[in-house]
Amino acid sequence: MSLPTDVLSSPTGVDTGAPLARANPSAKLAVALVLSLALVLTTDAVTAGAALVLVLLALPWCGLGPRALWRRGWVLVVAAVPAGVFTALLGVDSGAVLVGSDPVDVTTGSAAAGLALVLRLLAIGLPGVVLLSTTDPTDLADSLAQDLHLPHRFVLSALAAMRLFGVLAEEWTALGQARRARGFGEQGPLGRLRGAGGQLFALLVLAVRRATVLATAMEARGFGASTHRTWARPSRVRPGDVAVVLGGVAIAVAATAAGVAAGTWQLVLTG
Amino acid sequence: MLLLGASGSGKSTLLRGLAGLLDPETGDEEGVLELDTVPVRRARSEGVQAGVARTGLLLQDPSSQTVLARCGDDVAFGCENHGVPREQIWPRVQEALDAVGFPYGLDRSTSRLSGGERQRLALAGVLALRPRLLLLDEPTAMLDPAAADGLRRTVGRVLDETGAGCVLVEHRVEPWLPHVDRVVVLAPGGGVRADGPPAEVFAVHGEELAADGVWVPGRPPGRPQRGPRTGPRLLTATGLAVARSGARRPAARDVDLGLDAGRCLAVTGPNGAGKSTLALALAGLAAPAAGRLAASDELAAGAGPLPHRWRARTLAARIGTVFQEPAHQFVAANVADELAVGPRLTGLDPTTARRRVEELLERLRLGHLAQANPFTLSGGEQRRLSVATVLATRPRLLVLDEPTFGQDGRTWAELVALLDELRGEGVGICAVTHDAELVDALADDVLRLPAGAA
Repeated sequence: MSLPTDVLSSPTGVDTGAPLARANPSAKLAVALVLSLALVLTTDAVTAGAALVLVLLALPWCGLGPRALWRRGWVLVVAAVPAGVFTALLGVDSGAVLVGSDPVDVTTGSAAAGLALVLRLLAIGLPGVVLLSTTDPTDLADSLAQDLHLPHRFVLSALAAMRLFGVLAEEWTALGQARRARGFGEQGPLGRLRGAGGQLFALLVLAVRRATVLATAMEARGFGASTHRTWARPSRVRPGDVAVVLGGVAIAVAATAAGVAAGTWQLVLTG
Repeated sequence: MLLLGASGSGKSTLLRGLAGLLDPETGDEEGVLELDTVPVRRARSEGVQAGVARTGLLLQDPSSQTVLARCGDDVAFGCENHGVPREQIWPRVQEALDAVGFPYGLDRSTSRLSGGERQRLALAGVLALRPRLLLLDEPTAMLDPAAADGLRRTVGRVLDETGAGCVLVEHRVEPWLPHVDRVVVLAPGGGVRADGPPAEVFAVHGEELAADGVWVPGRPPGRPQRGPRTGPRLLTATGLAVARSGARRPAARDVDLGLDAGRCLAVTGPNGAGKSTLALALAGLAAPAAGRLAASDELAAGAGPLPHRWRARTLAARIGTVFQEPAHQFVAANVADELAVGPRLTGLDPTTARRRVEELLERLRLGHLAQANPFTLSGGEQRRLSVATVLATRPRLLVLDEPTFGQDGRTWAELVALLDELRGEGVGICAVTHDAELVDALADDVLRLPAGAA
């Protein structure tokens, strides 16, 4: 078992010079949040579908080719499609029965709900995948602290902790090997589960110890001792970044308008 | 200045104290610790506010000291915290990287560095602060001899050029001596045992220091008595290539070697040459990437020729592995249980198992710790325990990864004596190590891996 560190690593297979990839990380984050908000407000397929289509149309400017996108985003598809299928089969039935018999059947109502769920998950997830794939975590932290003025101690601690994830993935592998060397393993599902519990405990102990050393190293270099801090990498909001945010808002508004026009848009809470 | 003392005499704690990093709420404090006549904690916070680093602390573990993902950013981190203006930061970063002879650009990912490169990067991060006092806590413990030598020379040159002071904690004294003009020895219970120029301190206190586990120059901590004996072949590698888990490119390739009962093979080579990865394959913990690794009938005893296919229990009874990090191997809540795990899993009857546990507790001086939690032991005790747990199943072959790293002279001598004894009993030993003294004392054969391709 290995932890998914791919998403956290710096961009590979990505054209970092593309207009949207180059945009200020906070602007990209804002776009992802605005789109999520628009799709959390309603559950209909038209709004989600329109948003997904518009985001896909914007992809050529994101610097993410189809292969790079699939490599980072396949988890999303793997999660969304079964969720949609289960909703179609087991969801609240309404309208004509298409396939099967109650309770496992597909009706026009449940099929629409399933389709809407898939489209929503993809439309919410895709901007997030683009954000993570085209943004170096260090740049995001710089931008959050400098442009949005979030507390730098919090932002930098989170950034350092994220780097430790990669180290912990290596530790997990080493722990597994050490346990095999001691004679643990292959004792049936229950034994394996107990073994994983022990391994997880050992990982926690090691993680705490690593984090303590890292904290000492950071403090030794003056971290947290002063409220005044300079930034070696300047992060600025340019006019283009404002345009990116406005573009995101425009997609959210257009998708919502499409849903309203089709008569399917309905505020979640009133549903 | 060189700070010496037995394990547990508080050397590292004193360094952290000097750096102003000890929290008064988590321990007891007596007396005063002052830097330029200012209490250390105030010296630290005022220094940072004013953009001046009074101290620069370098720790022993390179992998836990990297803060950021890009090398340049990591070196700049301290300057940013000290409020150094941006236009001054990058020249300082470049200067510090040049001073340590860093071979890559600012954008190099820190996750792609070897241990030696990482330690140089950490030193650059400290030097970029231009500290008035360097605090070095076993800075070469994890480095190969060439990398350690380079780091020592860099530190010596920086001290000469900047006129900064330095407090060094180190077990292996000798290679640092050209840079040391004062030695302070801490007494185990508290207080100072000796303080003076190196030649004087070692002449007067040499014997008691050696007994405390300090590596006194000219007094090697002990030599093996028995030597090798001839025994049957246990494991043969032919054209073996090994890769780290998840990596496509092999870490080491075209390895040919044989491990015999009653002999010790040392595997050496620079940081990043794939020594640890090779050890994992030899120990049956990772499948070879190419080539062949075959156990003889003598070792396999009916389990088949491929160790990585053996069941975990079968493996534990035949090949024992001692990991670089002892804590990786601990699975039980106390020392006695830890030792009992192996015999239980390999199906030994309880009476024999209990006798074996008691024997090992005695032999490795762990008797008084039988009920202690393994994670709470000191570095030397953890090392002895990790070796003892492996011996509990009486394996024919022992694979050790850096068994002596971070150990004081006393534990070192005990380990060497124990391994010599096991070799005399017909156990085959393969030790992956940077420790030239260990190779010198114990190895019957040496395999040197070339620098890695990665």
